Amino acid sequence: MIKVNAIGDACPIPVVKAKNAVKSLQGGGQVEVLVDNEIAVQNLTKMAVQKGYGVKSQKLEERRYQVLLTVEGEEAKKEEAEKEAAQEVQECCPDRRRNIVVAISSSQMGEGSEELGRALMKSFLYALAQQEELPRTILFYNGGAAFTCEGSAALEDLKSMEAEGVEILTCGTCLNHYGLTEKLQVGAVTNMYVIAEKMTGAGVIVKP
Amino acid sequence: MEEKIVFCKGGGCTAKLGAGILGRVLEKLPRGIEDENLLIGYDSRDDAAVYKITEDTAIVQTLDFFPPMVDDPYIFGKIAAANALSDVYAMGGDVKTALNIVCFPEEMDLNILGEILRGGSEKVTEAGGILAGGHSIADSGVKYGLSVTGVVHPEHIYPNNQGKAGDRLILTKKLGVGIICTANRVGEASREALSAAKESMMQLNKYASQICREYDIHACTDVTGFSFLGHLHEMLDGRLSCKIYADEVPVFEEALAYADEFLLTAAAQRNRNHFGKYVKFEGISFAMEEVLFDPQTSGGLLIAAEESQAEALLKELQAAGLPAGIVGELLEKAETEILVSAGQGADSPCS
Repeated sequence: MIKVNAIGDACPIPVVKAKNAVKSLQGGGQVEVLVDNEIAVQNLTKMAVQKGYGVKSQKLEERRYQVLLTVEGEEAKKEEAEKEAAQEVQECCPDRRRNIVVAISSSQMGEGSEELGRALMKSFLYALAQQEELPRTILFYNGGAAFTCEGSAALEDLKSMEAEGVEILTCGTCLNHYGLTEKLQVGAVTNMYVIAEKMTGAGVIVKP
Repeated sequence: MEEKIVFCKGGGCTAKLGAGILGRVLEKLPRGIEDENLLIGYDSRDDAAVYKITEDTAIVQTLDFFPPMVDDPYIFGKIAAANALSDVYAMGGDVKTALNIVCFPEEMDLNILGEILRGGSEKVTEAGGILAGGHSIADSGVKYGLSVTGVVHPEHIYPNNQGKAGDRLILTKKLGVGIICTANRVGEASREALSAAKESMMQLNKYASQICREYDIHACTDVTGFSFLGHLHEMLDGRLSCKIYADEVPVFEEALAYADEFLLTAAAQRNRNHFGKYVKFEGISFAMEEVLFDPQTSGGLLIAAEESQAEALLKELQAAGLPAGIVGELLEKAETEILVSAGQGADSPCS
Protein backbone atom coordinates (compact mmCIF):
# COMPACT_ATOMS: atom_id res chain seq x y z
CA MET A 1 0.00 0.00 0.00
CA ILE A 2 1.18 3.49 -0.85
CA LYS A 3 0.54 6.20 1.73
CA VAL A 4 -0.05 9.78 0.66
CA ASN A 5 -0.07 12.61 3.16
CA ALA A 6 -2.16 15.48 1.79
CA ILE A 7 -2.85 17.14 5.14
CA GLY A 8 -2.68 20.88 4.63
CA ASP A 9 -3.00 20.62 0.84
CA ALA A 10 -5.73 22.58 -0.95
CA CYS A 11 -7.70 20.99 -3.78
CA PRO A 12 -6.72 19.83 -6.36
CA ILE A 13 -3.37 18.80 -4.80
CA PRO A 14 -4.72 15.78 -2.84
CA VAL A 15 -6.24 14.40 -6.05
CA VAL A 16 -3.06 15.08 -8.01
CA LYS A 17 -0.96 13.32 -5.34
CA ALA A 18 -3.38 10.38 -5.26
CA LYS A 19 -3.28 10.08 -9.06
CA ASN A 20 0.51 9.95 -9.01
CA ALA A 21 0.44 7.30 -6.29
CA VAL A 22 -2.02 5.18 -8.29
CA LYS A 23 0.27 5.49 -11.29
CA SER A 24 3.25 4.25 -9.29
CA LEU A 25 1.31 1.16 -8.18
CA GLN A 26 1.87 -0.16 -11.72
CA GLY A 27 -1.17 -2.41 -11.65
CA GLY A 28 -3.31 -3.28 -8.67
CA GLY A 29 -2.96 -2.24 -5.05
CA GLN A 30 -4.09 0.20 -2.43
CA VAL A 31 -3.46 3.90 -1.90
CA GLU A 32 -4.19 5.55 1.41
CA VAL A 33 -4.67 9.32 1.26
CA LEU A 34 -4.83 11.48 4.38
CA VAL A 35 -6.57 14.84 4.00
CA ASP A 36 -7.82 17.48 6.42
CA ASN A 37 -11.23 18.35 5.01
CA GLU A 38 -14.36 16.63 3.84
CA ILE A 39 -14.49 18.39 0.47
CA ALA A 40 -11.15 16.79 -0.42
CA VAL A 41 -12.63 13.42 0.58
CA GLN A 42 -15.55 14.08 -1.79
CA ASN A 43 -13.26 15.10 -4.65
CA LEU A 44 -11.12 11.97 -4.15
CA THR A 45 -14.29 9.87 -4.07
CA LYS A 46 -15.51 11.45 -7.32
CA MET A 47 -12.24 10.56 -8.99
CA ALA A 48 -12.35 6.98 -7.65
CA VAL A 49 -15.92 6.48 -8.87
CA GLN A 50 -15.08 7.82 -12.33
CA LYS A 51 -11.97 5.65 -12.51
CA GLY A 52 -13.72 2.54 -11.16
CA TYR A 53 -11.49 2.24 -8.10
CA GLY A 54 -12.82 0.89 -4.82
CA VAL A 55 -13.10 3.72 -2.32
CA LYS A 56 -13.63 3.83 1.43
CA SER A 57 -13.27 6.84 3.65
CA GLN A 58 -13.47 7.61 7.32
CA LYS A 59 -12.94 10.49 9.66
CA LEU A 60 -10.05 9.64 11.96
CA GLU A 61 -10.31 12.77 14.09
CA GLU A 62 -10.98 16.50 13.68
CA ARG A 63 -9.36 17.70 10.46
CA ARG A 64 -8.00 14.26 9.64
CA TYR A 65 -9.68 11.98 7.13
CA GLN A 66 -8.51 8.74 5.55
CA VAL A 67 -9.45 7.79 2.01
CA LEU A 68 -8.57 4.28 0.91
CA LEU A 69 -8.43 3.67 -2.83
CA THR A 70 -8.33 0.09 -4.08
CA VAL A 71 -7.05 -0.25 -7.61
CA GLU A 72 -7.44 -3.55 -9.34
CA GLY A 73 -4.96 -4.79 -11.88
CA GLU A 74 -6.28 -5.46 -15.39
CA GLU A 75 -6.69 -9.21 -14.82
CA ALA A 76 -8.42 -8.82 -11.47
CA LYS A 77 -10.76 -6.32 -13.08
CA LYS A 78 -11.77 -8.80 -15.76
CA GLU A 79 -12.43 -11.52 -13.18
CA GLU A 80 -14.44 -9.13 -11.09
CA ALA A 81 -16.62 -8.22 -14.07
CA GLU A 82 -17.28 -11.90 -14.78
CA LYS A 83 -18.06 -12.57 -11.14
CA GLU A 84 -20.45 -9.64 -11.05
CA ALA A 85 -22.22 -10.85 -14.16
CA ALA A 86 -22.64 -14.30 -12.60
CA GLN A 87 -23.86 -12.81 -9.32
CA GLU A 88 -26.46 -10.64 -10.95
CA VAL A 89 -28.50 -13.72 -11.76
CA GLN A 90 -28.26 -15.21 -8.28
CA GLU A 91 -28.79 -12.11 -6.24
CA CYS A 92 -32.47 -11.58 -6.77
CA CYS A 93 -33.02 -11.76 -3.03
CA PRO A 94 -30.76 -9.50 -1.01
CA ASP A 95 -28.29 -11.16 1.33
CA ARG A 96 -29.62 -10.29 4.74
CA ARG A 97 -26.89 -11.76 6.87
CA ARG A 98 -25.31 -9.19 9.11
CA ASN A 99 -21.88 -10.76 8.89
CA ILE A 100 -22.30 -12.83 12.03
CA VAL A 101 -19.18 -14.77 13.02
CA VAL A 102 -19.56 -17.61 15.51
CA ALA A 103 -16.42 -18.56 17.47
CA ILE A 104 -16.38 -22.07 19.00
CA SER A 105 -13.36 -22.10 21.32
CA SER A 106 -14.20 -25.03 23.57
CA SER A 107 -15.83 -28.43 23.56
CA GLN A 108 -18.22 -27.16 26.23
CA MET A 109 -20.74 -24.38 26.53
CA GLY A 110 -20.55 -22.43 29.75
CA GLU A 111 -18.76 -23.38 32.93
CA GLY A 112 -19.79 -26.07 35.41
CA SER A 113 -20.48 -29.70 34.68
CA GLU A 114 -18.29 -31.02 31.88
CA GLU A 115 -20.94 -33.46 30.75
CA LEU A 116 -23.62 -30.80 30.65
CA GLY A 117 -21.23 -28.40 28.85
CA ARG A 118 -20.68 -30.89 26.00
CA ALA A 119 -24.40 -31.52 25.62
CA LEU A 120 -25.14 -27.79 25.60
CA MET A 121 -22.59 -27.08 22.88
CA LYS A 122 -23.97 -29.85 20.66
CA SER A 123 -27.44 -28.50 21.28
CA PHE A 124 -26.26 -24.94 20.44
CA LEU A 125 -24.82 -26.02 17.08
CA TYR A 126 -28.10 -27.81 16.29
CA ALA A 127 -30.13 -24.72 17.22
CA LEU A 128 -27.75 -22.47 15.25
CA ALA A 129 -28.44 -24.50 12.10
CA GLN A 130 -32.18 -23.88 12.58
CA GLN A 131 -31.88 -20.08 12.81
CA GLU A 132 -33.54 -17.98 10.11
CA GLU A 133 -30.43 -15.85 9.84
CA LEU A 134 -27.35 -18.02 9.51
CA PRO A 135 -23.86 -16.84 10.41
CA ARG A 136 -21.46 -15.97 7.61
CA THR A 137 -18.58 -17.84 9.24
CA ILE A 138 -18.08 -20.33 12.09
CA LEU A 139 -14.57 -20.51 13.53
CA PHE A 140 -13.40 -23.57 15.47
CA TYR A 141 -10.28 -23.41 17.59
CA ASN A 142 -8.59 -25.02 20.60
CA GLY A 143 -11.12 -27.35 22.30
CA GLY A 144 -13.67 -26.43 19.64
CA ALA A 145 -11.60 -27.97 16.85
CA ALA A 146 -12.95 -31.48 17.50
CA PHE A 147 -16.47 -30.49 16.38
CA THR A 148 -15.48 -30.47 12.70
CA CYS A 149 -13.71 -33.82 12.91
CA GLU A 150 -14.54 -37.50 12.69
CA GLY A 151 -16.64 -38.67 15.62
CA SER A 152 -18.26 -35.27 16.25
CA ALA A 153 -21.96 -35.37 17.15
CA ALA A 154 -22.47 -32.01 15.37
CA LEU A 155 -21.24 -33.07 11.89
CA GLU A 156 -24.72 -33.25 10.36
CA ASP A 157 -25.66 -29.76 11.54
CA LEU A 158 -22.37 -28.29 10.36
CA LYS A 159 -22.64 -29.96 6.94
CA SER A 160 -26.16 -28.66 6.49
CA MET A 161 -25.02 -25.10 7.32
CA GLU A 162 -22.05 -25.43 4.97
CA ALA A 163 -24.45 -26.49 2.23
CA GLU A 164 -26.38 -23.23 2.86
CA GLY A 165 -23.27 -21.16 2.30
CA VAL A 166 -21.89 -20.82 5.83
CA GLU A 167 -18.11 -20.74 5.85
CA ILE A 168 -16.70 -23.29 8.30
CA LEU A 169 -13.08 -22.83 9.32
CA THR A 170 -10.97 -24.79 11.78
CA CYS A 171 -7.65 -23.68 13.20
CA GLY A 172 -4.85 -25.74 11.63
CA THR A 173 -2.49 -25.38 14.58
CA CYS A 174 -5.22 -26.72 16.86
CA LEU A 175 -5.96 -29.73 14.63
CA ASN A 176 -2.26 -30.48 14.63
CA HIS A 177 -1.99 -30.11 18.40
CA TYR A 178 -4.80 -32.56 19.06
CA GLY A 179 -3.68 -34.95 16.29
CA LEU A 180 -6.86 -34.34 14.27
CA THR A 181 -5.31 -33.04 11.05
CA GLU A 182 -6.28 -36.13 9.04
CA LYS A 183 -9.72 -36.33 10.60
CA LEU A 184 -11.33 -33.06 9.46
CA GLN A 185 -14.78 -33.83 8.03
CA VAL A 186 -16.34 -30.48 7.28
CA GLY A 187 -15.13 -27.05 6.14
CA ALA A 188 -11.57 -25.90 5.59
CA VAL A 189 -8.40 -25.46 7.61
CA THR A 190 -7.41 -21.91 8.45
CA ASN A 191 -4.69 -19.91 10.21
CA MET A 192 -4.56 -17.24 12.88
CA TYR A 193 -4.30 -14.43 10.34
CA VAL A 194 -7.65 -15.38 8.83
CA ILE A 195 -9.21 -15.96 12.25
CA ALA A 196 -8.16 -12.46 13.35
CA GLU A 197 -9.39 -10.99 10.05
CA LYS A 198 -12.79 -12.69 10.31
CA MET A 199 -13.27 -11.58 13.90
CA THR A 200 -12.21 -7.96 13.36
CA GLY A 201 -14.34 -7.74 10.22
CA ALA A 202 -17.43 -9.23 11.87
CA GLY A 203 -20.64 -7.29 12.41
CA VAL A 204 -21.53 -9.55 15.36
CA ILE A 205 -19.38 -12.17 17.09
CA VAL A 206 -21.30 -14.98 18.82
CA LYS A 207 -19.26 -16.92 21.36
CA PRO A 208 -21.30 -19.55 23.20
CA MET B 1 9.80 41.50 -10.43
CA GLU B 2 11.31 38.01 -10.40
CA GLU B 3 9.22 37.08 -7.39
CA LYS B 4 5.84 37.94 -8.72
CA ILE B 5 4.76 34.31 -8.99
CA VAL B 6 4.79 33.76 -5.23
CA PHE B 7 1.70 35.76 -4.63
CA CYS B 8 -0.71 33.43 -6.41
CA LYS B 9 -2.13 30.77 -4.13
CA GLY B 10 -5.31 29.98 -5.99
CA GLY B 11 -7.90 32.64 -5.51
CA GLY B 12 -10.54 34.42 -7.45
CA CYS B 13 -14.05 33.28 -6.89
CA THR B 14 -12.87 29.82 -5.84
CA ALA B 15 -12.02 31.57 -2.56
CA LYS B 16 -15.65 32.46 -1.92
CA LEU B 17 -17.40 31.04 1.14
CA GLY B 18 -19.81 28.22 0.29
CA ALA B 19 -23.43 29.15 -0.35
CA GLY B 20 -24.56 26.74 2.36
CA ILE B 21 -22.70 28.22 5.30
CA LEU B 22 -23.20 31.77 4.06
CA GLY B 23 -26.98 31.26 3.88
CA ARG B 24 -27.10 30.07 7.48
CA VAL B 25 -25.35 33.21 8.71
CA LEU B 26 -27.33 35.66 6.57
CA GLU B 27 -30.66 34.18 7.65
CA LYS B 28 -30.01 35.20 11.23
CA LEU B 29 -29.03 38.81 10.51
CA PRO B 30 -31.42 41.45 11.80
CA ARG B 31 -32.68 43.46 8.79
CA GLY B 32 -33.33 46.80 10.43
CA ILE B 33 -36.11 49.14 9.37
CA GLU B 34 -37.97 48.47 6.13
CA ASP B 35 -37.27 51.16 3.56
CA GLU B 36 -39.34 51.20 0.38
CA ASN B 37 -36.55 52.95 -1.48
CA LEU B 38 -34.32 49.90 -1.07
CA LEU B 39 -35.39 48.31 -4.34
CA ILE B 40 -33.01 45.37 -4.14
CA GLY B 41 -31.39 44.18 -0.92
CA TYR B 42 -30.49 40.94 0.81
CA ASP B 43 -33.67 39.07 0.17
CA SER B 44 -33.28 38.25 -3.48
CA ARG B 45 -29.55 37.47 -3.16
CA ASP B 46 -29.03 39.72 -6.14
CA ASP B 47 -25.70 40.93 -7.49
CA ALA B 48 -25.81 44.39 -5.96
CA ALA B 49 -27.96 46.58 -3.73
CA VAL B 50 -30.16 49.17 -5.47
CA TYR B 51 -31.51 52.22 -3.65
CA LYS B 52 -33.87 54.73 -5.22
CA ILE B 53 -32.91 58.38 -4.68
CA THR B 54 -35.31 60.10 -7.03
CA GLU B 55 -38.05 58.90 -9.38
CA ASP B 56 -35.55 58.46 -12.22
CA THR B 57 -32.34 57.61 -10.39
CA ALA B 58 -31.32 54.72 -8.19
CA ILE B 59 -27.80 53.98 -6.98
CA VAL B 60 -26.29 50.55 -7.42
CA GLN B 61 -23.75 49.51 -4.75
CA THR B 62 -21.53 46.49 -4.74
CA LEU B 63 -18.16 45.31 -3.54
CA ASP B 64 -16.02 42.35 -4.40
CA PHE B 65 -12.45 41.37 -3.60
CA PHE B 66 -10.44 38.18 -3.57
CA PRO B 67 -6.95 36.64 -3.58
CA PRO B 68 -5.01 36.34 -6.86
CA MET B 69 -5.84 33.51 -9.25
CA VAL B 70 -3.11 34.37 -11.80
CA ASP B 71 0.61 35.03 -11.42
CA ASP B 72 0.78 38.44 -13.09
CA PRO B 73 -0.22 41.26 -10.69
CA TYR B 74 -1.24 43.65 -13.47
CA ILE B 75 -3.59 41.08 -15.00
CA PHE B 76 -4.87 40.15 -11.55
CA GLY B 77 -5.73 43.82 -10.98
CA LYS B 78 -7.68 43.93 -14.23
CA ILE B 79 -9.55 40.73 -13.48
CA ALA B 80 -10.44 41.71 -9.90
CA ALA B 81 -11.74 45.07 -11.13
CA ALA B 82 -13.71 43.56 -14.04
CA ASN B 83 -15.24 41.11 -11.58
CA ALA B 84 -16.25 43.84 -9.11
CA LEU B 85 -17.59 46.16 -11.82
CA SER B 86 -19.61 43.31 -13.28
CA ASP B 87 -22.23 43.43 -10.52
CA VAL B 88 -23.27 46.91 -11.64
CA TYR B 89 -23.64 45.65 -15.21
CA ALA B 90 -25.65 42.66 -14.05
CA MET B 91 -28.15 45.18 -12.62
CA GLY B 92 -28.26 47.14 -15.89
CA GLY B 93 -26.47 50.14 -14.41
CA ASP B 94 -23.65 52.52 -15.37
CA VAL B 95 -20.47 52.72 -13.28
CA LYS B 96 -19.82 56.09 -11.61
CA THR B 97 -17.21 55.74 -8.86
CA ALA B 98 -15.01 53.00 -7.47
CA LEU B 99 -12.86 52.63 -4.33
CA ASN B 100 -9.90 50.24 -4.05
CA ILE B 101 -9.91 47.54 -1.38
CA VAL B 102 -6.41 46.19 -0.71
CA CYS B 103 -4.83 43.63 1.59
CA PHE B 104 -1.06 43.43 1.11
CA PRO B 105 1.85 41.92 3.10
CA GLU B 106 4.23 44.59 4.40
CA GLU B 107 7.30 42.57 3.47
CA MET B 108 6.29 42.16 -0.18
CA ASP B 109 7.65 44.29 -3.02
CA LEU B 110 5.46 47.39 -3.32
CA ASN B 111 5.93 47.39 -7.09
CA ILE B 112 3.63 44.38 -7.14
CA LEU B 113 0.92 46.41 -5.43
CA GLY B 114 1.54 49.17 -7.95
CA GLU B 115 0.94 46.76 -10.81
CA ILE B 116 -2.29 45.44 -9.28
CA LEU B 117 -3.65 48.95 -8.81
CA ARG B 118 -2.60 50.00 -12.32
CA GLY B 119 -4.57 47.08 -13.79
CA GLY B 120 -7.60 47.91 -11.65
CA SER B 121 -7.48 51.58 -12.48
CA GLU B 122 -7.39 50.89 -16.22
CA LYS B 123 -10.54 48.79 -15.98
CA VAL B 124 -12.39 51.46 -13.97
CA THR B 125 -11.50 53.96 -16.67
CA GLU B 126 -12.67 51.60 -19.41
CA ALA B 127 -15.91 51.22 -17.48
CA GLY B 128 -16.39 54.98 -17.65
CA GLY B 129 -16.02 55.40 -13.89
CA ILE B 130 -13.68 57.36 -11.61
CA LEU B 131 -11.36 55.79 -9.08
CA ALA B 132 -12.13 57.94 -6.06
CA GLY B 133 -10.12 56.46 -3.20
CA GLY B 134 -9.65 53.27 -1.26
CA HIS B 135 -8.54 51.47 1.85
CA SER B 136 -5.57 49.21 2.51
CA ILE B 137 -4.69 46.72 5.25
CA ALA B 138 -1.42 44.95 6.01
CA ASP B 139 -2.28 41.28 5.81
CA SER B 140 -0.56 37.94 5.36
CA GLY B 141 -1.94 37.39 1.84
CA VAL B 142 -2.69 39.59 -1.15
CA LYS B 143 -6.33 40.47 -1.79
CA TYR B 144 -7.72 43.12 -4.09
CA GLY B 145 -11.04 44.36 -5.32
CA LEU B 146 -13.32 47.35 -5.60
CA SER B 147 -16.30 48.90 -3.96
CA VAL B 148 -18.32 50.27 -6.87
CA THR B 149 -21.18 52.74 -7.10
CA GLY B 150 -23.29 53.01 -10.23
CA VAL B 151 -26.61 54.44 -11.27
CA VAL B 152 -29.61 52.92 -12.94
CA HIS B 153 -33.11 54.08 -13.82
CA PRO B 154 -35.41 52.47 -11.21
CA GLU B 155 -37.66 51.14 -13.96
CA HIS B 156 -34.84 49.65 -15.99
CA ILE B 157 -33.16 47.49 -13.38
CA TYR B 158 -32.26 43.94 -14.43
CA PRO B 159 -33.31 41.92 -11.38
CA ASN B 160 -31.87 38.42 -11.04
CA ASN B 161 -35.17 36.68 -10.40
CA GLN B 162 -37.96 38.12 -12.56
CA GLY B 163 -37.69 35.69 -15.47
CA LYS B 164 -40.83 34.37 -17.15
CA ALA B 165 -41.64 30.92 -18.45
CA GLY B 166 -40.73 30.82 -22.12
CA ASP B 167 -37.77 33.19 -21.76
CA ARG B 168 -34.59 32.10 -23.47
CA LEU B 169 -31.42 31.94 -21.38
CA ILE B 170 -28.31 33.53 -22.85
CA LEU B 171 -24.78 33.20 -21.44
CA THR B 172 -22.20 35.71 -22.65
CA LYS B 173 -18.85 34.16 -21.64
CA LYS B 174 -17.37 30.68 -21.77
CA LEU B 175 -17.40 28.57 -18.61
CA GLY B 176 -14.39 26.82 -17.09
CA VAL B 177 -11.99 29.57 -15.99
CA GLY B 178 -11.98 28.18 -12.42
CA ILE B 179 -10.79 24.76 -13.55
CA ILE B 180 -8.18 26.27 -15.88
CA CYS B 181 -6.69 28.44 -13.09
CA THR B 182 -6.70 25.41 -10.79
CA ALA B 183 -4.93 23.30 -13.41
CA ASN B 184 -2.40 26.09 -13.82
CA ARG B 185 -1.70 26.05 -10.10
CA VAL B 186 -0.41 22.49 -10.39
CA GLY B 187 1.38 23.21 -13.67
CA GLU B 188 -1.07 21.30 -15.87
CA ALA B 189 -2.69 24.12 -17.86
CA SER B 190 -1.49 24.92 -21.36
CA ARG B 191 -0.26 28.42 -22.08
CA GLU B 192 -3.04 28.88 -24.65
CA ALA B 193 -5.79 27.83 -22.25
CA LEU B 194 -4.51 30.09 -19.50
CA SER B 195 -4.19 33.06 -21.78
CA ALA B 196 -7.72 32.56 -23.17
CA ALA B 197 -9.09 32.29 -19.62
CA LYS B 198 -7.28 35.49 -18.60
CA GLU B 199 -8.69 37.38 -21.60
CA SER B 200 -12.17 36.20 -20.70
CA MET B 201 -11.83 37.23 -17.05
CA MET B 202 -10.48 40.68 -17.97
CA GLN B 203 -13.38 41.34 -20.32
CA LEU B 204 -15.89 43.84 -18.89
CA ASN B 205 -19.56 42.86 -18.96
CA LYS B 206 -20.25 46.46 -19.89
CA TYR B 207 -20.76 45.70 -23.58
CA ALA B 208 -23.15 42.81 -23.00
CA SER B 209 -25.11 44.85 -20.48
CA GLN B 210 -25.43 47.84 -22.81
CA ILE B 211 -26.56 45.72 -25.75
CA CYS B 212 -29.28 44.24 -23.52
CA ARG B 213 -30.83 47.67 -23.00
CA GLU B 214 -32.29 47.58 -26.49
CA TYR B 215 -34.11 44.33 -25.73
CA ASP B 216 -36.73 42.95 -23.39
CA ILE B 217 -34.70 41.50 -20.52
CA HIS B 218 -36.62 40.00 -17.63
CA ALA B 219 -33.73 38.82 -15.49
CA CYS B 220 -29.96 39.08 -15.49
CA THR B 221 -27.13 38.01 -13.21
CA ASP B 222 -23.42 37.50 -13.56
CA VAL B 223 -22.01 34.00 -13.20
CA THR B 224 -19.37 34.00 -10.47
CA GLY B 225 -18.43 31.89 -7.46
CA PHE B 226 -21.62 29.87 -7.15
CA SER B 227 -21.16 28.54 -10.69
CA PHE B 228 -23.49 28.56 -13.68
CA LEU B 229 -25.93 26.17 -11.99
CA GLY B 230 -25.83 28.00 -8.65
CA HIS B 231 -26.59 31.40 -10.12
CA LEU B 232 -29.19 29.82 -12.38
CA HIS B 233 -30.88 28.31 -9.33
CA GLU B 234 -31.10 31.76 -7.75
CA MET B 235 -32.57 33.13 -10.96
CA LEU B 236 -35.33 30.49 -10.91
CA ASP B 237 -36.38 31.89 -7.52
CA GLY B 238 -38.25 28.75 -6.46
CA ARG B 239 -41.07 29.55 -8.90
CA LEU B 240 -39.66 28.45 -12.24
CA SER B 241 -37.90 25.50 -13.81
CA CYS B 242 -35.68 25.39 -16.84
CA LYS B 243 -33.97 23.16 -19.29
CA ILE B 244 -30.38 23.64 -20.28
CA TYR B 245 -28.91 22.41 -23.55
CA ALA B 246 -25.38 21.42 -22.60
CA ASP B 247 -24.26 21.37 -26.26
CA GLU B 248 -25.10 25.06 -26.56
CA VAL B 249 -23.29 26.20 -23.41
CA PRO B 250 -20.08 28.07 -24.30
CA VAL B 251 -17.18 26.31 -22.54
CA PHE B 252 -13.41 26.25 -22.73
CA GLU B 253 -12.57 22.87 -24.27
CA GLU B 254 -9.45 22.69 -22.11
CA ALA B 255 -11.56 23.00 -18.96
CA LEU B 256 -13.36 19.80 -19.93
CA ALA B 257 -10.03 18.07 -20.48
CA TYR B 258 -8.70 19.22 -17.09
CA ALA B 259 -11.90 18.11 -15.36
CA ASP B 260 -11.33 14.68 -16.88
CA GLU B 261 -7.91 14.78 -15.21
CA PHE B 262 -9.71 15.51 -11.91
CA LEU B 263 -8.09 18.91 -11.43
CA LEU B 264 -11.08 19.81 -9.30
CA THR B 265 -11.57 22.73 -6.97
CA ALA B 266 -12.99 22.55 -3.48
CA ALA B 267 -15.40 25.34 -4.39
CA ALA B 268 -16.95 23.35 -7.25
CA GLN B 269 -17.60 20.48 -4.89
CA ARG B 270 -19.17 22.88 -2.38
CA ASN B 271 -21.40 24.14 -5.20
CA ARG B 272 -22.32 20.58 -6.10
CA ASN B 273 -23.14 19.80 -2.47
CA HIS B 274 -25.35 22.87 -2.19
CA PHE B 275 -27.04 23.08 -5.59
CA GLY B 276 -26.79 19.49 -6.84
CA LYS B 277 -30.21 18.58 -5.48
CA TYR B 278 -31.92 21.02 -7.85
CA VAL B 279 -30.27 19.58 -10.94
CA LYS B 280 -30.96 16.51 -13.05
CA PHE B 281 -28.37 15.54 -15.64
CA GLU B 282 -29.42 13.48 -18.63
CA GLY B 283 -26.55 11.94 -20.54
CA ILE B 284 -24.06 14.63 -19.50
CA SER B 285 -20.38 13.76 -19.18
CA PHE B 286 -18.66 13.99 -15.80
CA ALA B 287 -16.41 16.76 -17.15
CA MET B 288 -19.35 18.87 -18.31
CA GLU B 289 -21.06 18.45 -14.93
CA GLU B 290 -17.90 19.73 -13.26
CA VAL B 291 -17.70 22.73 -15.58
CA LEU B 292 -21.33 23.61 -14.85
CA PHE B 293 -20.48 23.62 -11.10
CA ASP B 294 -17.15 25.41 -11.66
CA PRO B 295 -16.86 28.73 -9.80
CA GLN B 296 -16.25 31.52 -12.32
CA THR B 297 -14.11 34.54 -11.62
CA SER B 298 -15.46 37.49 -13.58
CA GLY B 299 -17.85 35.24 -15.48
CA GLY B 300 -20.34 36.32 -18.11
CA LEU B 301 -23.89 37.58 -17.82
CA LEU B 302 -26.71 35.06 -17.67
CA ILE B 303 -29.73 36.71 -19.25
CA ALA B 304 -33.39 35.69 -19.37
CA ALA B 305 -34.67 37.36 -22.55
CA GLU B 306 -38.13 37.52 -24.09
CA GLU B 307 -38.42 34.52 -26.40
CA SER B 308 -39.19 36.49 -29.57
CA GLN B 309 -36.15 38.72 -29.11
CA ALA B 310 -33.58 36.17 -28.00
CA GLU B 311 -32.21 35.36 -31.47
CA ALA B 312 -31.71 39.01 -32.37
CA LEU B 313 -30.06 39.73 -29.03
CA LEU B 314 -27.77 36.73 -29.47
CA LYS B 315 -26.71 37.91 -32.93
CA GLU B 316 -25.86 41.35 -31.64
CA LEU B 317 -23.86 39.95 -28.71
CA GLN B 318 -21.94 37.69 -31.09
CA ALA B 319 -21.35 40.56 -33.47
CA ALA B 320 -19.72 42.42 -30.57
CA GLY B 321 -17.23 39.54 -30.33
CA LEU B 322 -18.76 37.78 -27.33
CA PRO B 323 -18.82 33.94 -27.32
CA ALA B 324 -22.48 34.04 -26.34
CA GLY B 325 -24.99 31.20 -26.75
CA ILE B 326 -28.66 30.50 -26.11
CA VAL B 327 -28.17 27.86 -23.45
CA GLY B 328 -31.70 26.99 -22.42
CA GLU B 329 -35.18 28.20 -21.62
CA LEU B 330 -37.30 28.96 -18.61
CA LEU B 331 -40.34 26.81 -17.92
CA GLU B 332 -43.27 26.79 -15.55
CA LYS B 333 -42.31 25.15 -12.27
CA ALA B 334 -41.95 21.40 -12.68
CA GLU B 335 -40.73 18.57 -10.51
CA THR B 336 -37.18 18.93 -11.77
CA GLU B 337 -35.93 22.47 -11.30
CA ILE B 338 -32.96 22.34 -13.65
CA LEU B 339 -32.85 19.66 -16.32
CA VAL B 340 -29.56 19.52 -18.18
CA SER B 341 -29.67 17.50 -21.38
CA ALA B 342 -27.36 17.38 -24.35
CA GLY B 343 -29.38 19.38 -26.87
CA GLN B 344 -32.70 20.91 -27.83
CA GLY B 345 -34.13 17.60 -29.01
CA ALA B 346 -34.66 16.45 -25.43
CA ASP B 347 -38.10 16.25 -23.88
CA SER B 348 -39.34 18.95 -21.58
CA PRO B 349 -39.32 18.06 -17.86
CA CYS B 350 -42.95 19.25 -17.70
CA SER B 351 -44.24 16.55 -19.96
